[in-house]
Amino acid sequence: MIEAVARLGRATIDAVVQLGLAARFVIALLHHSGMTFRRLPLLIRDLYFAGVLSILIIVVSGAFVGLVLGLQGYDTLQRFGSETALGGVVALSLLRELGPVVAALLFASRAGSAMTAEIGLMKATEQLDAMDVMAVNPIARVIAPKFWAGVIAMPLLAAIFSAVGILGGWFIGVVVIGVDHGTFWSQMQNAVDFEEDVRNGVVKSLIFGVIVTWIAVFQGWSCTPTAEGVSRAITKTVVFGALAVLAADFVLTAFLFIGR
Amino acid sequence: MAQCVTERLVASLSGVDAGYGTRQILHGIDFTVHRGQVVAIMGGSGSGKTTLLRLMTGQLRPWSGAVEVLGVRLEQASEAQRYALRRRIGMLFQFGALFTDLDVFENVAFPLREHTRLPEPLIRDLVLLKLEAVGLRGAARLRTSELSGGMARRVALARAIALDPELILYDEPFAGLDPISLATIGTLIRRLNDALGAASVVVTHDVVESLALVDYVYFVSRGRIVAHGTPDEIRNASDPYVRQFVRGEIDGPAPFHYPAPPLAEALMEGQ
Repeated sequence: MIEAVARLGRATIDAVVQLGLAARFVIALLHHSGMTFRRLPLLIRDLYFAGVLSILIIVVSGAFVGLVLGLQGYDTLQRFGSETALGGVVALSLLRELGPVVAALLFASRAGSAMTAEIGLMKATEQLDAMDVMAVNPIARVIAPKFWAGVIAMPLLAAIFSAVGILGGWFIGVVVIGVDHGTFWSQMQNAVDFEEDVRNGVVKSLIFGVIVTWIAVFQGWSCTPTAEGVSRAITKTVVFGALAVLAADFVLTAFLFIGR
Repeated sequence: MAQCVTERLVASLSGVDAGYGTRQILHGIDFTVHRGQVVAIMGGSGSGKTTLLRLMTGQLRPWSGAVEVLGVRLEQASEAQRYALRRRIGMLFQFGALFTDLDVFENVAFPLREHTRLPEPLIRDLVLLKLEAVGLRGAARLRTSELSGGMARRVALARAIALDPELILYDEPFAGLDPISLATIGTLIRRLNDALGAASVVVTHDVVESLALVDYVYFVSRGRIVAHGTPDEIRNASDPYVRQFVRGEIDGPAPFHYPAPPLAEALMEGQ
């Protein structure tokens, strides 16, 4: 019994310590972000790895999510005889929820895990130490560009995801099922509010970008520098990243869309 | 090289205690290196040798005692001071620690690009000169994955001396090398030190190679310096641990067996 309480206490303390370390880490990261924007090639390299290389998986997943939305949306709406509202349903679901959330989950497993692996392996092979001893701050040179690349790439990827998804919904609704072309788009135009839906969706994806990339670079930076430690850090990036995104999504939805 | 001892002090540790977290690794270390000297720090695995190097680069602060490197008091130096000092220090890591996303040329160019604003043609010339010094000018455009262990170590050495350091630190430079690469690295350590007029500290457990190479030896065991002297003095040392180490005997003050209850007892338990 006492043993169990002690174990719970230890786990809690460990978690709080990790949070504190992560907070100190992000402060150091922001403090050393100057180089990222003075030396754009560093940022562009990481934008390529985090952003450009994620486009394929984002486009393919966005297309399938859009196709499914078209099918399910039509099926549900036609029970109420309002299948003409399909355009609005598809667009709102993607812009407000599915675009930011699913893109962030994919981003955590595609780009986040790659960042953790790269940083972790650089640590395990003493490359980060070597840089530090060469008087080059590894946080400024390696970590900060990755962080900012993730923060910049995430909203763009979410936007691509939503755009492709809407095209997928259009394909099913208009081309396959035969909803009227003009109604589909005009319904969407009426239903979607730029401030309320588009902007808030972008705010969400930006915050998810910060969360996922922060977790990814912190896990890489603080991993145990062994093969096992790196693999555990990658797992943590994907698991914590997904959980944090879903939890943050609930909070953000409550504040951005409902709580007004 | 004995006359160099009277020359300028490059690094000194006096009465240094140090460790990680609450675990103390080094106890009361006194240690000096002078310009022109190649000094070896010898000892078994886990004896605290690498911790000594981390003190000299300012990666680790001492708990107590004084660490002075190239005139900088490291126990009270600010981050900016430590970074300024590190530009004057070159370090060779155990397995080279080359940047895997850069090729050989760019690895050696890295410190030059980060710390100088030299025009590209000059950087190219400097990199080729450094690579020539380690005999790998022809390998400039190879990827790091194409290098053998010995070649990677030499490229890392070229990178470590890119800014003409006044102090060069070597962490296990001989570990895992074949005899030819081992002799090459040994010769390079001596030659580069003398050509640059620098001081070198070699952390190693490779007895034969280093005793032939260095001017002075410190022996570390369980975080304390147990003996020091010239290579000849070390070969004839009376300290039992040093004798065991130099002759490579399996049993002695450093026991062959990890502490355990008697074998007979352990065997009886199984029945």
